Amino acid sequence: MLLERIIATLKEYTGKNDMNITTDTSFEDLEMDSLDIVELAMKIEDEFNVNIEMSENIKTVGDLVKIIEQAS
Amino acid sequence: MSIKILATGRGLPKKILTNDELSIMVDTSDEWIKSRTGISSRHICTDETLTDLGVTAAKSAMAKAGMKAEDIDLILCSTISGDYTTPSLACAVGFYLGLKCPAMDINAACAGFTYALDVADAYVTTGRAKNVLIVSGEMMTKHMDWKDRNTCVLFGDGAGACIVTKGNALRYIKILAEPNLSHLYLEGKTGNSPFYHKQVRESYLYMDGQEVFKFAVTMIEREVKNAVAALGITKDDIDYYLLHQANKRILTTAQDRLKEPESKFPSNIHHTGNMSSATIPVLLDELLEAGKIKKGDTLFMSAFGAGMTAGSCVMVWE
Repeated sequence: MLLERIIATLKEYTGKNDMNITTDTSFEDLEMDSLDIVELAMKIEDEFNVNIEMSENIKTVGDLVKIIEQAS
Repeated sequence: MSIKILATGRGLPKKILTNDELSIMVDTSDEWIKSRTGISSRHICTDETLTDLGVTAAKSAMAKAGMKAEDIDLILCSTISGDYTTPSLACAVGFYLGLKCPAMDINAACAGFTYALDVADAYVTTGRAKNVLIVSGEMMTKHMDWKDRNTCVLFGDGAGACIVTKGNALRYIKILAEPNLSHLYLEGKTGNSPFYHKQVRESYLYMDGQEVFKFAVTMIEREVKNAVAALGITKDDIDYYLLHQANKRILTTAQDRLKEPESKFPSNIHHTGNMSSATIPVLLDELLEAGKIKKGDTLFMSAFGAGMTAGSCVMVWE
């Protein structure tokens, strides 16, 4: 499932392996700043073979999942 | 036959502005700036002009190369911050050095030094110039909005110079542009013509940090691949990556994606900030002064900037 794979990538990136991450979790909750989000998006682009349009409206995990689904 | 860099020099203004000082002026902190950018302090102009910095850097390079004014037959300056819109920074530097050769400025934003190297290579290898003085100088502090905490912490002022002459050090060079007018820009003066409809009141550097970050990291990774393929070498053959010191995060992400060790990525951004096209020649001069680069070392240099422009080269140090 896409969400599970994104959460796994997030946990690997942030090192927050014990955190309960859902679609409502914000990148601020994950202590990620705007450049962390771009770096994560680039990793996801490589892994999922998609092109992600960056936007300052990508604030939660759910926002990111929606963008990837639209790009696929 | 190509070119080599005979000598380098640098000119940095005397005032060192720390993060703590900036924290009094805007809502920021030393911890925030250091963790997000890698910058602890930067040199900023108080009573120095950019021409002063360029002359200091050029004099240092010329002295080390044992060259007098009459030995230089072309000055190339890369800058977006000349003291005058015209005459060029190259003419201004030439004036104080007593040079009487052709002089021109190149505006390729932060990729300016690599563009200047490319132009110098073309002039030297076609026999149109023997010794080229390159000066990359920037006074970023006059372009920033000092009330915007997102940008005013990032930049510094400085100039780097080098003398380029015939040699065999430059093995690969590629400059490029992917035109884009919205990710990173600084509008110019528009005057007070009563007939012009598109006047700009004040203009400060605008940057979409995410897009610039993505462009930079993607470009570095791609250009390393292109360079090693063109030369028939591997990344193992590269001793140092001298990357434009824009932001430490760009450097560490590029290093991570290239899967190369940190020791190959010398950095001085902690005390210079982002000096646009001056970063690579200043870094190069500091490394040479410290004895960190030896003959035979393979250097990959790469810079990226507004335009969007980029330039990369490989030099085997001579």
